[in-house]
Order: sequence, then C-alpha cells, then structure tokens
Amino acid sequence: MFLADVIGTVVSPVQIPMLDGKKLLLLRPVGPDGKPAGKTRIGIDRAQAGVGDRVLVLDEGNGARQILGDSKAAARTVVVGVVDYVERHGQLDYDHRRAR
Amino acid sequence: MYLARVIGRVVATTRYPGLDGVALQWIQPLDEHGAPMGDAMVACAVVSTGPGDLVHFVDGREAALACPETFVPVDAAILGYVEQAVANGEFLGREPAGSSPASKGAR
Amino acid sequence: MLIGKVVGSVVATRKDEKLESQKLLLVQVHDHNNKAKDQYVVAADSVGAGPEDMVLYATGSSARQTRITEGKPVDAVIMAVVDSWDLGGANVYEKWE
Repeated sequence: MFLADVIGTVVSPVQIPMLDGKKLLLLRPVGPDGKPAGKTRIGIDRAQAGVGDRVLVLDEGNGARQILGDSKAAARTVVVGVVDYVERHGQLDYDHRRAR
Repeated sequence: MYLARVIGRVVATTRYPGLDGVALQWIQPLDEHGAPMGDAMVACAVVSTGPGDLVHFVDGREAALACPETFVPVDAAILGYVEQAVANGEFLGREPAGSSPASKGAR
Repeated sequence: MLIGKVVGSVVATRKDEKLESQKLLLVQVHDHNNKAKDQYVVAADSVGAGPEDMVLYATGSSARQTRITEGKPVDAVIMAVVDSWDLGGANVYEKWE
C-alpha cells in the first residue's frame, strides 16, 4: 500500500460492467513528505474520498478482489482509506485537518 | 489502473485461441496533465473504443479478467471509455489539443 | 502487451524440467513506430510464430495463462502474430508487403 493525493475524478460512461456505479479517482502517489512518488493512476474509491484528500491506496490484484467481493474483478487499484495524519520520527508529516 | 489515449489499431489474425474477437489497440499512458507517461503498449479493448479516445486500462494479470475468456495471456486491457477526467481543476477531454480526430468506426 | 520481431530462437539442454519441449524464441522489441529497440526478450510461443514474424507478447504472470505455459517458469509469451497496425489512421506496419 502507499499514500497518494486525490487530484481529480474520472467519468467513464462506457466501461466493463464490473465498474458500474463505482467512483474512479485520479491518484498521484506521494511519499510521506508529500512529494510525488510514482505514476499517476486511477483507483476505485472504497473510502468516500474526495479531491484534495490524502489516501491509502492498495495496488494489488488479490487484495482488490477481496475488498470488492468479486473474485473475477478486473481491478487492481483501490482507495482503501482517507489518511488523518502521517507521523515520522515523532513529527507530523501530514495532518488532514490542517491540509484542508 | 491508468489513464491512456488510444493511438492506433493492431490487426493480428493468428492469436491465442481464447482471444478471438477481442480488439487490440495501441494505447499511450498519460499523466495527470494529459502528457505521455512511459512507452506506448498494446491492450485488449473489451469495450468499444477507437483512436483518439481517452480511456482507462488495467495492466498485469488482472487484465485477463476483463476479457470474455479469462484464462488468456493478456497483460493490458482497456476497461472503459473516459468522457471526462478532471485533474487539479484541469480538464482532459477526448482529443489532444491540436491533433486531428482520427477516423472512428471501422476497427 | 508489446510488439517485437522474432530474430532467433534459444536452445537450452540443461534447464528446469518444466521447460522441456517448450519453444523459446528471441524477440527484439519494437516501438509503436516500428523502430527496433536495443531490448530483447526470450519468450515462449503459444501461437506458432516463425522467424522474422512481428509478434505480440505478454509479460509477467499473465504469460503463464496459456495451456502450454501454465505452472511453468515463464514470464513472457507470444500470444499473437501481427498482420498490420496503424497509428491515427496512418499505416505503420504491413506484413504482406
């Protein structure tokens, strides 16, 4: 799992049935300090996250299929949590309330 | 799962048996600004998309699960046609700025 | 999947027993403009590709999802022989030319 910033949304009217009714978010992976760390990707929202949130992302097929409760789901990237704060060496790296 | 733009079509008659009838298309993965991210690749199009379309795709083993037959050697599959993506308040639309719309339809 | 040209084959006598009777081809990777890259892949063949064929290959665990590579130590498999492709309406590669 890794941290990411929700930077936008994706509207897809024509898609495989498995994705119907699921919210897709554009995610920019970040390190603990908030610096971009990796390729921008799209995740399925399972945490009621919104643009501007820092989230916890699972990018692995087996786990994604378990969370979605569908053993045949062609999905891999799932937003599994909204981050409240990140602490490193006793210092607050990220605080949701302050970031908002 | 990533954003990409369909940039071309591939014709391959001889293919692995479970893949009959699946369209193969070149896609260019995009970053949040709509700029190319990494190299272009070929993906199975399991939804109806064509050159110029903004799409989202999944790579790795999960791609095969999107295909009609799921036990197939496929490592990238287009999952949906993206009508609109918003990133940092910036819209990513169907056509890249300045490019002429490629012919849709025949595939 | 990526596209490449079959430029040769690989023969290994001493190998994992699961790789026995497995045809292994040497594939040179090409980009979408049909420009050869300095990058080669050894891939198992599931479609009967031959020398100089332009092929599509899948990598990673997807490569083990064929009848001939299932459960075998293979991470690249040729899954189609390419006839042609176009980019934005312009033909880039045509096999029968």
